[in-house]
Amino acid sequence: MKITCKDVANVALLSRLEFSESELETFTGQMDAILEYADVLNKLNVDNVQPTAHVLPLKNVMRADEAKPSLSRELALSNAPEQEDGYFKVPKIMEG
Amino acid sequence: MELFKHTASQLHEKLVAKEISAVELTKAVLGRIDAVDKDVQAYITRTSETALAQAQAVDSKIQRGEKVSVLAGIPGALKDNICTKGIKTTCASKILATFVPPYDATVAEKLAAEDAVILGKANMDEFAMGGSTENSGFFPTHNPWNLETVPGGSSGGSAAAVAAGEAIWALGSDTGGSIRQPAAYCGVVGLKPTYGRVSRYGLVAYASSLDQIGPITRDVTDSAHVMNIISGYDAKDSTSINTGVPDYTKSLVNNIKGLKIGLPKEYFVAGMDAEVERAINKAIEQLVALGAEYKEISMPHTEYALSAYYMIAPAEASSNLARYDGVSFGHRVEGNDIIEMYKKTRSEAFGAEVKRRIMLGTYALSSGYYDAYYLKALKVRTLVKQDFDKAFEQVDVLITPTAPTTAFKLGEKTNDPLAMYLQDVCTIPVNLSGVPAISIPCGFAAGMPIGMQIIGKPLGEETIIRAAYTFEQNNDYHKGFATLGEV
Repeated sequence: MKITCKDVANVALLSRLEFSESELETFTGQMDAILEYADVLNKLNVDNVQPTAHVLPLKNVMRADEAKPSLSRELALSNAPEQEDGYFKVPKIMEG
Repeated sequence: MELFKHTASQLHEKLVAKEISAVELTKAVLGRIDAVDKDVQAYITRTSETALAQAQAVDSKIQRGEKVSVLAGIPGALKDNICTKGIKTTCASKILATFVPPYDATVAEKLAAEDAVILGKANMDEFAMGGSTENSGFFPTHNPWNLETVPGGSSGGSAAAVAAGEAIWALGSDTGGSIRQPAAYCGVVGLKPTYGRVSRYGLVAYASSLDQIGPITRDVTDSAHVMNIISGYDAKDSTSINTGVPDYTKSLVNNIKGLKIGLPKEYFVAGMDAEVERAINKAIEQLVALGAEYKEISMPHTEYALSAYYMIAPAEASSNLARYDGVSFGHRVEGNDIIEMYKKTRSEAFGAEVKRRIMLGTYALSSGYYDAYYLKALKVRTLVKQDFDKAFEQVDVLITPTAPTTAFKLGEKTNDPLAMYLQDVCTIPVNLSGVPAISIPCGFAAGMPIGMQIIGKPLGEETIIRAAYTFEQNNDYHKGFATLGEV
């Protein structure tokens, strides 16, 4: 086994997802099969190979720091599940 | 022949010759949708009223004697991960079921500027993750050639709509084959442009270093026309290529004399359908007879591409999909505190495949596994790309099957994610390398279309269009029409 139910439960926490016991077992089996398949990558020696995160020879594309027309507050909030006084509203973040 | 069976360029001729009106044409396609979409289920959202208004505006222009563009008044569909201002854009996910974008994607703006008629938003695998459109959070789409089979994916709604006459053209997006594979399964033409050729602004992100928007059409001519409209630099997309766009219709030339074509032997993988292999070999023979020079070549890292992709794409997805937190847009499930709200929202509204990829990507990026999985995959991506660089020192284009088989039955692979992933084996290396590729119909096996993939050099769209056009003009495969709904 490449991965256990405990590992998957930890990854779920990091991913902000929750699963029932049986879902966790199914996911563990499926992820294990995929990781097993990905093991083929270990057949290659890539010690001296540079990684490619991106195919284009572009780096840090910048623009001038100038204000341009942007969404109105009303439009920006138009899809908010909950809003109040022109702000997005969320459940409490801190105790007290 | 019914209007909905024509290509965009044919219909444009009829419009400007005033043989038909745009309203008449739009009504014909809307009628076709009414007749067959209950079976095909290609659309998530239909915009019939605005479509008719757009068509009316084009008719007025033509009446006034104004010159109109080739897509003006021609009805098409957009994949539902392309943002449309004021029109629901769901990504086929329950988490975005009610999302109405406050802005247009650049491609949507460009199409509107050309007066294209938009019929609605096409079904897809949720967040473009999948190869069958069965991962849609709403309903699966069916292949118009055989309703018991999948249309492919993730742009399955777009491809099925074009094949069924429910749209004359469509846009899809392609991260690992999601334009080309459904185009192959549905017997239509799908082009994935060079990474950066078409703006991704307003395309809901799945794996940002791989995603690219492209056309799905009935023939190569229409593909070139749509490419002319959607290509080009966009300051709103930091990965947009800042270079001029050629007129792709100038590449619609029925001549490939001297074109060097390469057949990478590693693409003929185990499990490939014998009929598919035969069709590709026959196509190669034909291209040689038409004057191409053929060479078998080797791309030794092909077998590693799929594994690398299924680390890289989920890693990028796990980061991109962190934004679905129930705060600023999309679905929310209340919780006692913010962490519980996040968890409940995401667990309730994401489908199984999306969760699987978020988990896989989070794992590949997590402390202790980053070097073993993610970094290694990025290094293998370099080797895959070098295979292409070396191949293109010897040949002008590469020819492969688009997918190892024709469309499979609905439900056949839904319980085996790995088997589903293997359908992408011929298309994924192209995304990892950022090069362009087109899938065109090249035959049938047991009545189902087979797709041939033609891969070009970076920004080599003109060459693949010429090769595809030449093959198409010397064959009749693109003239077949799915029999769905016919009596």
